[in-house]
Amino acid sequence: MELLYGHPKSLKPIQTKYCPGCGHGVIHRLIAEVIDELGIQGKAIITNPVGCSIWADLYFDFDSVQPPHGRTPAASTGIKRMLPDHLVVCYQGDGDLAAIGTAEIIHAANRGEKFTTIFVNNAIYGMTGGQMAPTTLIGQKATTAPYGRDPIDAGMGYPIQVCELLATLGGTKYLARGAVNNAVNVKKTKQYIKKAFEAQLRGEGFTMVEILSQCPTNWGMQPKESVEWLEQNMIPFYKLGEIKNTLDGEAQK
Amino acid sequence: MANKGQPKIDRERCKGCLLCVRACPTKVLDVDSEPNSWGYYPSKAVAIEKCIACGNCYTVCPDVAITVYKE
Amino acid sequence: MAEEKRLMKGNDAIGEAAIRAGCTAYFGYPITPQNELTAYMAKNMIDNKRTFIQAESEVAAINMVYGAAATGARAMTSSSSPGISLKQEGISYACGADLPLVVVNVMRSGPGLGGIVPSQADYFQSTRGGGHGDYYHFVLAPKSVQEAADLTYEAFDLADEWRMPAMVLADGLIGQMMEGVVLPEKRDLSKLPKKPWAVGHQGELKRPINHVTSINLVPQELEATVKARFERYAKIKASLQRFEELNIDKSDLVLVAYGTASRIALGALELAKADGINVGLLRPITLWPYPEKRVSELAQQGKRFLVVEMSMGQMVEDVRLAVNGRAQIDFYGRTGGMIPTEDEVYAEIRRILKK
Repeated sequence: MELLYGHPKSLKPIQTKYCPGCGHGVIHRLIAEVIDELGIQGKAIITNPVGCSIWADLYFDFDSVQPPHGRTPAASTGIKRMLPDHLVVCYQGDGDLAAIGTAEIIHAANRGEKFTTIFVNNAIYGMTGGQMAPTTLIGQKATTAPYGRDPIDAGMGYPIQVCELLATLGGTKYLARGAVNNAVNVKKTKQYIKKAFEAQLRGEGFTMVEILSQCPTNWGMQPKESVEWLEQNMIPFYKLGEIKNTLDGEAQK
Repeated sequence: MANKGQPKIDRERCKGCLLCVRACPTKVLDVDSEPNSWGYYPSKAVAIEKCIACGNCYTVCPDVAITVYKE
Repeated sequence: MAEEKRLMKGNDAIGEAAIRAGCTAYFGYPITPQNELTAYMAKNMIDNKRTFIQAESEVAAINMVYGAAATGARAMTSSSSPGISLKQEGISYACGADLPLVVVNVMRSGPGLGGIVPSQADYFQSTRGGGHGDYYHFVLAPKSVQEAADLTYEAFDLADEWRMPAMVLADGLIGQMMEGVVLPEKRDLSKLPKKPWAVGHQGELKRPINHVTSINLVPQELEATVKARFERYAKIKASLQRFEELNIDKSDLVLVAYGTASRIALGALELAKADGINVGLLRPITLWPYPEKRVSELAQQGKRFLVVEMSMGQMVEDVRLAVNGRAQIDFYGRTGGMIPTEDEVYAEIRRILKK
């Protein structure tokens, strides 16, 4: 018997605290798989954000730095500038990145900071129990949008398409959006992550992979239901694929 | 002849989200009738002979609770 | 070749001292009256092939320092009062993660947008902790361009040795005036303190994984961590209280003032001496750890105190704590950017001594 799919080395073999069906677990594994494939575990650093994935530093088997909520891109900037030959993974949720940390992500991207942001978009605040996020869809319910997000009458604003927003900035070189709701999308997402990490190691400017991720608990659904909801509701609005790719390295391929 | 494979499920690690059951193209997996020590009803290989070692179960599993072997 | 004395602005001297101390990462944001410092670093950090970023906000800047400091680099940010308020969360996190870093506050008048002229009204914020949680950090108060350079230089060593932030608390006057300064010698970057707790090079060093973090949801563990930190604070308080004093023995009344206010108090002391009146001067240099031991000793000797500040009275509370009711304490202060004059302070002295 030959082992086909085993446990990535740079991910600790322990059970996570994440809820059953939560997309973070898949995303952690993808990051670890790519880091193993690139052989960079000894020079990898992750910034774990405030949010559910603050627990990432319990699961990744490499150094971590935990900044205040929303300031992950700023801390990652400081880290990457000091350790340019390291792989810096700026792991963020949609509250961290698109709400409190909007200024930080826009300016880090605009400066072309050479770390890679892994932006987990689950359209809700997970850790704090299901509040509306900047990426919550119109009509989607949340504890702070009990009748569903209403941008018009209730002035709750519109869901933010982050990749498209950052694509206008000169410093961004690679912006892709994947999803972890089914095997095909998970595999494509891994390719985006690999491309972004390779670009980072080539010293190319700002790279980000936004990943649509299911949050069964705070969407109030069974895991199987949540991946279907994601497919029918999030994917039509948050288009999958490479939103921007101006990597120089691409030219050589 | 399609590949032959075998998923190995760590039933203590599994949280019973059953995304693997949904992802398996040949219906090898289903929910176990016995809970694990956490009280989750984990996934179980009920028709292992149908496994084609595609790895979909491993791919969608949020807890790396499945490893897949190929004969 | 001994370093020669040169005429420099306080803000520039602080920047140069930081570079000489081995600061390899500076993140700033424009705010009067410390703009010269950010501009100085923009030019000289790049000239020295070190990292300079003008951040998008003071909040981003302190968090860039947090990231750089986590890798073990000597990192600094500077700002003035409103900007320092924005950095308080980051400073609390740095204290909670035992991260050495340097923050320079060139104080201006407040509250709110206030004014752009010198003030000392951020004393509470700096010494009591403007952020959340039980923590303290070094607060060093220069009274001259020379001392601004020396204390900035030393701030990096104190921060590294005790693994905590160090704040240099100057004001707009010290930052923007020019005085003669002899700059400290340039540190060899390869000989800076080693930081085994820092992130980076983990594979190469074959060391265990390092986590820079301040979260701990287990109350017993968090309490133990905070208590251990407070034991370090106690050691600092026991050994590093620093002050300067003048003409104490011959005087019943002691002026207590730091930074710019201490220079004015010195002027008043000399006016009094010219009239045959003896007053002493105690100038705290470390505002945290506050020189409470010395103040207490003077109270025990029966001295009385006149505290002079460029605020409505903040350090005076530390004097009251140290004196603990054993002596009369008077206060004289100007705020809003008004700077007390020597004559005003001398008039206070005569009122108190009924001369």
